[in-house]
Amino acid sequence: METLDFRFDSKPVPRAADPALCGVVGSGNLEILVKSGIEPEACRVRIKTSARGFGETWRAVLDSFATSHPAGGTVIAINDMGATPAVVTLRLAQALAEYQGGGL
Amino acid sequence: MNASLPRNWDTLRQSRGRRLERAASLGFGKEIPVDRIIDLLEAVIQPGDRVCLEGNNQKQADFLSESLADCSPERINHLSMVQSVLALPSHVDLFERGLANRLDFSFSGPQGARLAKLVQEQRIEIGAIHTYLELFGRYFMDLTPNVALIAAQAADAEGNLYLGPNTEDTPAIVEATAFKGGIVIAQVNERLDKLPRVDVPADWVDFTVLAPKPNYIEPLFTRDPAQITEVQVLMAMMAIKGIYAEYGVTRLNHGIGFDTAAIELLLPTYAADLGLKGKICTHWALNPHPTLIPAIESGFVESVHCFGSEVGMDAYISARSDVFFTGADGSMRSNRAFSQTAGLYACDMFIGSTLQMDMAGNSSTATLGRITGFGGAPNMGSDPHGRRHASPAWLKAGREAYGANAIRGRKLVVQMVETFREHMAPVFVEELDAWKLQKSMGAELPPIMIYGDDVSHIVTEEGIANLLLCRSPEEREQAIRGVAGFTPVGMARDKAMVENLRDRGIVRRPEDLGIDPRLATRDLLAARSVKDLVRWSGGLYAPPSRFRNW
Repeated sequence: METLDFRFDSKPVPRAADPALCGVVGSGNLEILVKSGIEPEACRVRIKTSARGFGETWRAVLDSFATSHPAGGTVIAINDMGATPAVVTLRLAQALAEYQGGGL
Repeated sequence: MNASLPRNWDTLRQSRGRRLERAASLGFGKEIPVDRIIDLLEAVIQPGDRVCLEGNNQKQADFLSESLADCSPERINHLSMVQSVLALPSHVDLFERGLANRLDFSFSGPQGARLAKLVQEQRIEIGAIHTYLELFGRYFMDLTPNVALIAAQAADAEGNLYLGPNTEDTPAIVEATAFKGGIVIAQVNERLDKLPRVDVPADWVDFTVLAPKPNYIEPLFTRDPAQITEVQVLMAMMAIKGIYAEYGVTRLNHGIGFDTAAIELLLPTYAADLGLKGKICTHWALNPHPTLIPAIESGFVESVHCFGSEVGMDAYISARSDVFFTGADGSMRSNRAFSQTAGLYACDMFIGSTLQMDMAGNSSTATLGRITGFGGAPNMGSDPHGRRHASPAWLKAGREAYGANAIRGRKLVVQMVETFREHMAPVFVEELDAWKLQKSMGAELPPIMIYGDDVSHIVTEEGIANLLLCRSPEEREQAIRGVAGFTPVGMARDKAMVENLRDRGIVRRPEDLGIDPRLATRDLLAARSVKDLVRWSGGLYAPPSRFRNW
C-alpha cells in the first residue's frame, strides 16, 4: 500500500449531500468519499492505493479534475485497487455530483 | 549443343498418383480406420512437402494435427506449414519434434510465446505473417499445399463432406489443394448415410477419418456483458453518437472485445433513443456475436455474413434465417474468405481495438516475447484502393480526407481503446514494441497490425480524434496525444495546439458531443449478463458452460 496526499486550488463547490460516497473497493476500481473541509478554495485529497509508484499520474489526474470542476472546500478520501485514470476520472465526477445533491 | 530432355508437364499428378498408390498398397480405401491414421499420413506425406493444417479462431483439425505430430520425424521432416492459425500445442509440437521447420501463417494467439522462443532458437523459419485473405491468396499463387488436413462435421460413404455452421477456411484450402495435384484428408465428427447438404464434393476429397472426438471449437467471440465497464459504456456512447450517427454507417465489421460488445449492447437502448434504428448498423460482416442478439431482436439488423460460427449460437442462427446465411438444411454456412472480402470491399467501417498505438497512429498487438500475428484485422482495418462503389459514409469520409472535390471515398477505420490497459500499461507509446520484436525476429518489417495512414478515428475515454481532418503530421500527432489521456505521451501534448484542434472539431470531448460521462452506466446495456442474452434469444442461445453461472 502507498498513501499519497495532495492539495489543489479549486473554485468552491456547493454542498448538499455531505459526505458523499461513490464506487467500491474492488480490483481495477476505487472508492471515493467526499466530505466538507475547512479551506473553501482548496481540494485536499488523500489516496490509499495498492499500486505503488504512480504519484505523478495521480497528481495529473486530480489536477485536471480540480481545474475542470469546482471542488473547493472538500476533503476527498480515496481507497484504490489499481483503477485506471479513466475510471478515476469518471468516479470523481460521479462523487462530486453526489456531493452537490446527486442531480446530474 | 545437347538437346534438352523432354519436359514432364504432369509431375504433380504423377506425384499424387504415387502417394495414392502407396496408400492403396497398405490397404487403405477412402475411409481410414482411426487407429491407422499415422500409417496413412506417413504414406502420403513426403519430406519437404507444403502442408496446410486447417485451424482458425474457431474450428480446429485437432485430431489430424496431433496425429501428424506423432508421425516419425525420420519419415516426415522439413515440412513447410501453411495455416491460418497456430493455436494448438500440437501445432508447435510439429516444430519442436523436427517434423516441420518453416511456417507461413496469420495468427498464433495462445502459442505466441512458444513460437517466439522457437524463432530465437532458430528451430523455425517464419516465411511471413499474413492476413487471412493474403494467405488464402497465396494458396492459389506460390504457397499451394501438397497436402491439406481439414476438419468437417460429417462425411458420407463416397466422401462428400458436410461442414456445418463452421465452414470457415475449408472451401479455400480444399479448392487450392485438390486442383493442383494435392491430397485432401478430412477428419469428421460423424459418418452419415445422407448429408444435410454437400459443402465439399467427394471427388475433391481423398481420405476421411472419423475422429475419436468432435473437432475442437473455441468460443472466441463470446463476451460476457457482466464484465463490461462504465468506461466502455462511455466510449460506446461516443462512438455511436460521434461516428456511427454522423456518417450514417450501415455496413460494418466489429473486432472482438468488450469495447465493441458494449456498442452492440447499446444499439437497442442508447442508439434507439437517438432515433438511429434503420439508419445505422443494418448490414454486418461479423461472427455471430452473442452480444448482437438484442440488436437483432430489436430489429436493428438486416443481414449478417459470418467468417465462422460461435459455440451455442447454432439454434438461434437457424431460427433467424432472414438475418444469417443458411442452407436449405437450415444450418448456417460461414466462409472466411468471402466474409473477409465483404469486410474489405463492402463495409464502410471497421472498428476494433489494439494493445499499442504510436504517434503516427500505427497500431500493434505484438508485445515483447510473443509473436501473435494479425488474423483478419489488417484486411478489415484498411482503406481498399480497389473500391469503386459509393455510399454516403464512404463519400463523407472521403470529402473530409481529400477535400470537397475528392474523386474517391474513404473507409472509416476506427481504433477504440482505453488509454491504459490492465496493470497501468499505456496503450499510447512513442515507439511500438513491434520494432524491438522485428529485430529479435530478424524480420524484414515490424509486425504492425493497422497502419496509421489507414486509421480515420481514435476513440478513447477522453474523446474522439478525427485523423481525416488533420492536414499535417504535426496535427495528427497532437490529435493522437490529445485523446491519449494521462499516459506519458498524452501528458506531453501541446495544450494550445490540442485546444485549436478541438475548436476545429478534430478532437472532440464527451461534452462536445453532448454526452455527460456521469450518465455512462451499465443500466444502458440491453443485456447485463449472459443469462440476459439467453432471455433475449427466447432460449435459443445455448451458452457454453464456462459462461453459465446459473
